[in-house]
Amino acid sequence: MNILLAILQTLLFISLAPLLAGWIKCCKCYLQNRKAPSPLQPYRDLLKLTHKQPVVSKDASWLFVIAPYIIFSATALAVTVIPLIAVDLPTAASADVIVLVGFLAFARFFLVLAGLDVGTAFGGMGASREMTISSMAEPAMLMAIFTITMTASTTNLSFAIEHIMQEGLVLRPSFIFALLALILVAVAETGRIPVDNPATHLELTMIHEAMILEYSGRHLALIEWASQLKLMLYGVLIANIFFPWGMAETLTLSALGYGLLAIMGKLGILAVLLAVSETLFAKMRLFRVQEFLSFAYLLGLLGMLSHIILEASR
Amino acid sequence: MDIENLDLYSQLILSLAALVTLTSFIMLAQGRLLRLVFIFALQGFLLVLATAIAAYSFNNPHLYISAAITMALKVLFIPWMLRRHILKLNMHRDVEALSNKTAVMMGGASLVMFSYYVLHPIMQNSSMVLLNALSLSLAVILLGMLLMISHHQAIAHVVGFMSIENGLFFAATVSTSGMPMVVELGIAFDVLVAAVLFGIFFLHINSSIDSLDVDKMNRLNEVDQ
Repeated sequence: MNILLAILQTLLFISLAPLLAGWIKCCKCYLQNRKAPSPLQPYRDLLKLTHKQPVVSKDASWLFVIAPYIIFSATALAVTVIPLIAVDLPTAASADVIVLVGFLAFARFFLVLAGLDVGTAFGGMGASREMTISSMAEPAMLMAIFTITMTASTTNLSFAIEHIMQEGLVLRPSFIFALLALILVAVAETGRIPVDNPATHLELTMIHEAMILEYSGRHLALIEWASQLKLMLYGVLIANIFFPWGMAETLTLSALGYGLLAIMGKLGILAVLLAVSETLFAKMRLFRVQEFLSFAYLLGLLGMLSHIILEASR
Repeated sequence: MDIENLDLYSQLILSLAALVTLTSFIMLAQGRLLRLVFIFALQGFLLVLATAIAAYSFNNPHLYISAAITMALKVLFIPWMLRRHILKLNMHRDVEALSNKTAVMMGGASLVMFSYYVLHPIMQNSSMVLLNALSLSLAVILLGMLLMISHHQAIAHVVGFMSIENGLFFAATVSTSGMPMVVELGIAFDVLVAAVLFGIFFLHINSSIDSLDVDKMNRLNEVDQ
């Protein structure tokens, strides 16, 4: 029963991800005085892409063809680790947060390989940029996450969230730092505006788009879907760790429905914040990304320090 | 004692202390002067909040007065004055090139650890809030000094100096529940006079070496070389 519920939760996660991307696009359009497409537009795009014939370069190896499937399934597996509407599900309890980071790194590794595989200049450039950014984002993310896991004294996300919920409202300075660090890392990792621009194919600004330039058809659909999943994954991570209220602790129908409403509300608000920040800030130069991410690392480090200094029992 | 056993006011004061330290770090990395002054004002505002909460939770009404003085001086008057100087000297478009920002930030993080390490044996017997708030205010003082070392502009030095004073004020508020009123008024006037004097100095430095970059003072010599 619980396993069935865990599978259902993952399927729900995967099916909701394009909706979140569409909603963010809507918010951005409203803020920029443009006419917004329907929030369901990403579904239509994905459907259309699956009907198109994928074109594969004759120089591409087998890696190029299987990479989208690996990327999508690794991201989907990462999603299973995160509690979406209920805590204490078997899949979430079986793997901890370090496995989650590992899954994301695995997906990124294959994305980068696929970008390099065709041998175009863009692919190589995007791949090297992606690796540079991720090598700085990952320590910052782990630092922020260690702060939380030290508070809950478990690296398992599900148990950590349960611990935070049972504690009730406690103002922790370390969580403020960890939240800020995780937001900065999420912006960098999902390729949103101060770091990368998801909307353009302008060669100077591309990171993620440069790598997937050669993809088409259902391969492109899978990669797009995986990146939407990753965006939602970070959103859920931020919403459910720092504001876990509303998640279902018991597995009754009403609690689950309430949990679903809560997470959709939280993600909706986060999406509005993201859209506002993307409208307010300009994309920064690539060489300033290092400063941005080292600031995120510093915040994570301060969170860890203030956990030890301010909160640890002695 | 764990943080979840403290009452909400102490948690709030600790969170504000952490945020004050964060503003010190942001100031350390800030090359634009107007933004530096704005963050300084923000730090002052967080300090005012912390003082007001301390006044309420320790039931110490004279802390409200010192909160009001801080609000008037450090949140409104001094930032306004610095801002006016920056605009008048036409420096608001300059971005100071800070050498090796990341190393300075990491140095700041180690200063936080150092201040905690120094205060730990002294405060072994006192309450947790006191120890943490004191070590964070020592960290703010040291970070203010680091700000003065790492920046070249005279205005940034003034901001660093004032943020050292912020750290001292915070330490006094949480550890002794406020200094005597006379002392506090005296310090407030000192800060006020210092701010006005700094303004005059800015004009003099600017007219004599045509810049507020204090590194250029190294070139001043009695003998022509």
